[in-house]
Amino acid sequence: MKLESKIPSGPLAQKWDKARFQNKLVNPANKRKYEIIVVGAGLAGASASATLGELGYKVKNFVYHDSPRRAHSIAAQGGINAAKNYQNDGDSVYRLFYDTVKGGDFRAREANVYRLAQVSVNIIDQCAAQGVPFAREYGGLLDNRSFGGAQVSRTFYARGQTGQQLLLGAYSALCKEIASGSVQSFTHHEMLDLVLVDGHAKGVIVRNLLTGAISRHCADAVVLATGGYGNVFNLSTYARNSNATAIWRAYKRGACFANPCYTQIHPTCIPVTGDYQSKLTLMSESLRNDGRIWVPKKKEDCGKHPNDIPEEARDYYLERKYPSFGNLAPRDISSRSAKEVCDEGRGVGESGRGVYLDFADSIQRLGEAKVRERYGNLFDIYHEITNENAYQVPMRIYPAVHYTMGGLWVDYDLMSNIPGLFVLGEANFSDHGANRLGASALMQGLADGYFVLPNTICNYLASVGPGKRPGVEHEAFKEAEDNVRGITQRLLASQGKRTVDSFHKELGHILWEHCGMGRNETDLKKALQLIPALREEFWKNVKVPGEEDNLNQSLERAGRVADFLEVGELLCLDALERAESCGGHFREEHQYPDGEARRDDENFAHVAAWEYQGRDKKPVRHVEPLVYEEVKMTTRSYK
Amino acid sequence: MKVKLKVWRQKDTRSAGEFRLYETPDLNVNMSFLEMLDVVNEQLTLKGEEPIAFDHDCREGICGTCSLVINGKPHGPHRGVATCQTYMRSFQDGDIIIVEPWRARPFPVVKDLVVTRQALDKIMQAGGYISVRTGAAPDANSIPISKENADLAMDAAACIGCGACVAACKNASAMLFTAAKVSQLGLLPQGQPERYRRVKRMVEAMDEAGFGACTVTGSCEAVCPKNISLDFIARLNRDYLVASLKGGAKHG
Amino acid sequence: MISLWRMLNSTVGKKYLMALSGAGLFLFASGHMIGNLQLFLGPEALNRYAHFLQSLGEILWVIRLGLLGLIVLHIGSALMLTLENKAARPADYSHGKPPFAASLASRTMLGGGVLVALFVVYHLLHYTVCLKAVNFTGIDFAHLTDPETGHHDVYAMVLYGFSVWYVSLFYIVSVGFLCLHLSHGASAMFQSLGLRSHAWWPVISKGAMIWSVILFLGYSVVPGSVLLGYGRSYLENLEKIQSAASTPAEVTSKEAH
Repeated sequence: MKLESKIPSGPLAQKWDKARFQNKLVNPANKRKYEIIVVGAGLAGASASATLGELGYKVKNFVYHDSPRRAHSIAAQGGINAAKNYQNDGDSVYRLFYDTVKGGDFRAREANVYRLAQVSVNIIDQCAAQGVPFAREYGGLLDNRSFGGAQVSRTFYARGQTGQQLLLGAYSALCKEIASGSVQSFTHHEMLDLVLVDGHAKGVIVRNLLTGAISRHCADAVVLATGGYGNVFNLSTYARNSNATAIWRAYKRGACFANPCYTQIHPTCIPVTGDYQSKLTLMSESLRNDGRIWVPKKKEDCGKHPNDIPEEARDYYLERKYPSFGNLAPRDISSRSAKEVCDEGRGVGESGRGVYLDFADSIQRLGEAKVRERYGNLFDIYHEITNENAYQVPMRIYPAVHYTMGGLWVDYDLMSNIPGLFVLGEANFSDHGANRLGASALMQGLADGYFVLPNTICNYLASVGPGKRPGVEHEAFKEAEDNVRGITQRLLASQGKRTVDSFHKELGHILWEHCGMGRNETDLKKALQLIPALREEFWKNVKVPGEEDNLNQSLERAGRVADFLEVGELLCLDALERAESCGGHFREEHQYPDGEARRDDENFAHVAAWEYQGRDKKPVRHVEPLVYEEVKMTTRSYK
Repeated sequence: MKVKLKVWRQKDTRSAGEFRLYETPDLNVNMSFLEMLDVVNEQLTLKGEEPIAFDHDCREGICGTCSLVINGKPHGPHRGVATCQTYMRSFQDGDIIIVEPWRARPFPVVKDLVVTRQALDKIMQAGGYISVRTGAAPDANSIPISKENADLAMDAAACIGCGACVAACKNASAMLFTAAKVSQLGLLPQGQPERYRRVKRMVEAMDEAGFGACTVTGSCEAVCPKNISLDFIARLNRDYLVASLKGGAKHG
Repeated sequence: MISLWRMLNSTVGKKYLMALSGAGLFLFASGHMIGNLQLFLGPEALNRYAHFLQSLGEILWVIRLGLLGLIVLHIGSALMLTLENKAARPADYSHGKPPFAASLASRTMLGGGVLVALFVVYHLLHYTVCLKAVNFTGIDFAHLTDPETGHHDVYAMVLYGFSVWYVSLFYIVSVGFLCLHLSHGASAMFQSLGLRSHAWWPVISKGAMIWSVILFLGYSVVPGSVLLGYGRSYLENLEKIQSAASTPAEVTSKEAH
């Protein structure tokens, strides 16, 4: 199989214009003859559903939440990037593009990223018009801040709730379309299989989580906007219910999974305190603007009260290693450095897996009131969780899994290798390369949903023609439904001795230890033995109480964990095959003497897209070369 | 520490429910309340009983999925905090904690502690939006908004749609929820064209869904995990009055 | 019209009715209290005021019907809302605590309101209709006349009426409930009509509380002071005149002077 990226030819800056011109269009009168299924209502799913509905298509939107307003996009605190250059500080579409490509360690598609930077400006306009209460200056104009290591102020924000506010904007647009009848909303419905008819995605099988009813839905195209798979690690900053099931089941139907090993580990999370822990909480990266990160120079000091450790006995390791970026070094670098110092035994806190984020200097410089004004809510969250007062004692932070750059492979039109299957937002692999910059996830989700997909999906729809979708009586729907019922029954029948969560925890532990911030061949190979064994035990020994015909949260989780047990293996396999370090993927064998990541552009300047071959068979690794026409690949240095 | 839980168990919407008493194993005081329920559920599962169904998702106080009335108060003992951000250190060793679902006619119990809150979506669908076609928006800085209004709009927009206001209200009124959205959009220049139409429709949808009236007891404000102010309800009342007096060509 | 009708059918609209009627009744209650305090200006002032009101004739009936209308609106909207509210919240929490943060006043608006309504009925029978059977003094209040003017002796009526301790007690308790009702209602009506902002709310809510306390004091000082002996000499005097009235008339009038 050849992966066709379908990037338009011509100068970078004109590709998107050209693509829109070359795309086939669907006549307005024909639009209502097309039905589109959108799974997920996060930023990408909600904005896509609303926009498609507004254009005149008939849309069915499915979410497993109780409302299309709850997806984990809400949790993004920091902000959203856009190349508005409202601050007149030298920003431009090109700079945002370049920063994103560089931040992604030259493992993203140039054309996609450039398009993302181009439409970023429209996103802000759209959201402001929807009533998103962005922060403003006294003059009434939009405020910006610098975020996630960017050297320009291009981040728009709404207090500490940017993700929530942007999602509510998209949700409100969706509400309008639901009210007008163009979008049908199915809440508490989980997609459990993708239906392919003659190789095209033509429907889904969903389970009503309240009644257990399994139903078939057909459409002309299927859009997956179901988020990332970071919960494969169990402990992460993801919502508890975030899962990979939708994209994984699409993968098992033939959609290629690209770069699964690209996982982002966020440097500023609250450390783990005990094995009961269900979730890690992120503290906004903006804290790094004023907080200084350090650990004791000597192991012996780790047990001491931080305020008793004198200045000269502290190692401000980020400032030491990266003098120009200091505490604002990109996420992967900060995370890895934290791991390094903890591995050296200099970590702090009960578990020894933590570093200090200290505001004493800022409080001295700005006064406590100013610090409170800037970060008060974050300090409150920290206090709520840890019962510690960060105004007096430094915060303790540690990296945690936060985002997955990998996802289903898509072409420039956001269509996967399965015709008719589109993938948006974090669920696809497209824009962030090997590492995502802060405040770019919101941008990508909304870009895909509002501006890209609505312009590209017509290309496919026009090619198949209106009114051609097969009905749900088609054999393929029956087969998919039987598959879903089979999985459910197998899970309920197992009646073993271990809970679903215990498997999830064990899987997470295996991955974190063997395929976390630092990866090496030995560990990965070990994980590739441990995971299949765990999976085997899961199917023999899992205990899923309850019934299938009503709300059964254990059953829901069991299905998701069953998929994670497969995702995890692919993740390790991809990490093993990618024998280079890039962005969030750090192979310990591939580093410079000073510990910096060593990319291998000669052998790995490509997207690795895995194709499922059937149960217990090794998937095939396809390669899409990354061609850089505009920028030169350089070593990413933040020194 | 150990606590006893008196938990509402209900098989489905039609079945009658009852309280059941559970004892927790030894807990860490730094556990969140939901993590404590996870632990209890693990135990129940291993004993072959069905675990307690409860709603949750982000576990960082922002998605609005978690609910639970803990000892008579929605979202537990603290002000401005959601259930998922409530920690066991807020309780004493040996406490008996009563855990119930949201109670309101528009929020039928689905199972145990899980209710459906689609009625809130219905209110939003009635008018909780600004009609703006994707791509048709003017430059974001072409309409300045005073910082005061933007901040106030943000205060209102902070609502996470959890429904605690309804659960706490003796009348199961959704006024705080509705008013927060009406106020957010009504405070912004972008929201002006639909301002009065919006408030009328949303109030009607709210009544239709079967929520009660506001009798200004202030329970909603006191339990709101985002501290949304009763001031916004006054704003809704004002806008609704003006809207009704103005009338309108269509839709009343 | 349709718009207004829809409004009045909504929960928010009914709250407008309740607030507006409540505002009218609140003003009446405040005026009434000030009227009552004329007791302390002596019989002449009070009886003159009473006579002024009674001589309004048709206008008095307009006022009475207006008040009655307000009461009907107030109670009517309250009952409708209560039914809706009960329906919206069929089950209570088992913890047994009152709804979180809701004040006693806000939780007892209905019960307190009903008690106040019953009291108002009694109060009207007692002093307006002057039904002899309900004043427990054996005196026919309707026929008390001011010996000087020949008008209705409201001053004496009040003194007699409140000289029965359990009537006064009932009055004070009822007024207590009324003021509890108003301590919430007077601020809630601003809220319901949307006349509230962040800056003004503390003034409104505290003002409502303070005014309610003033009303309570203003109302209960009347029966209170009567029980403590205020005006006893006036009644003794009056009784002397009356007992003399059964003897020749001219003697009575002399003694009275």
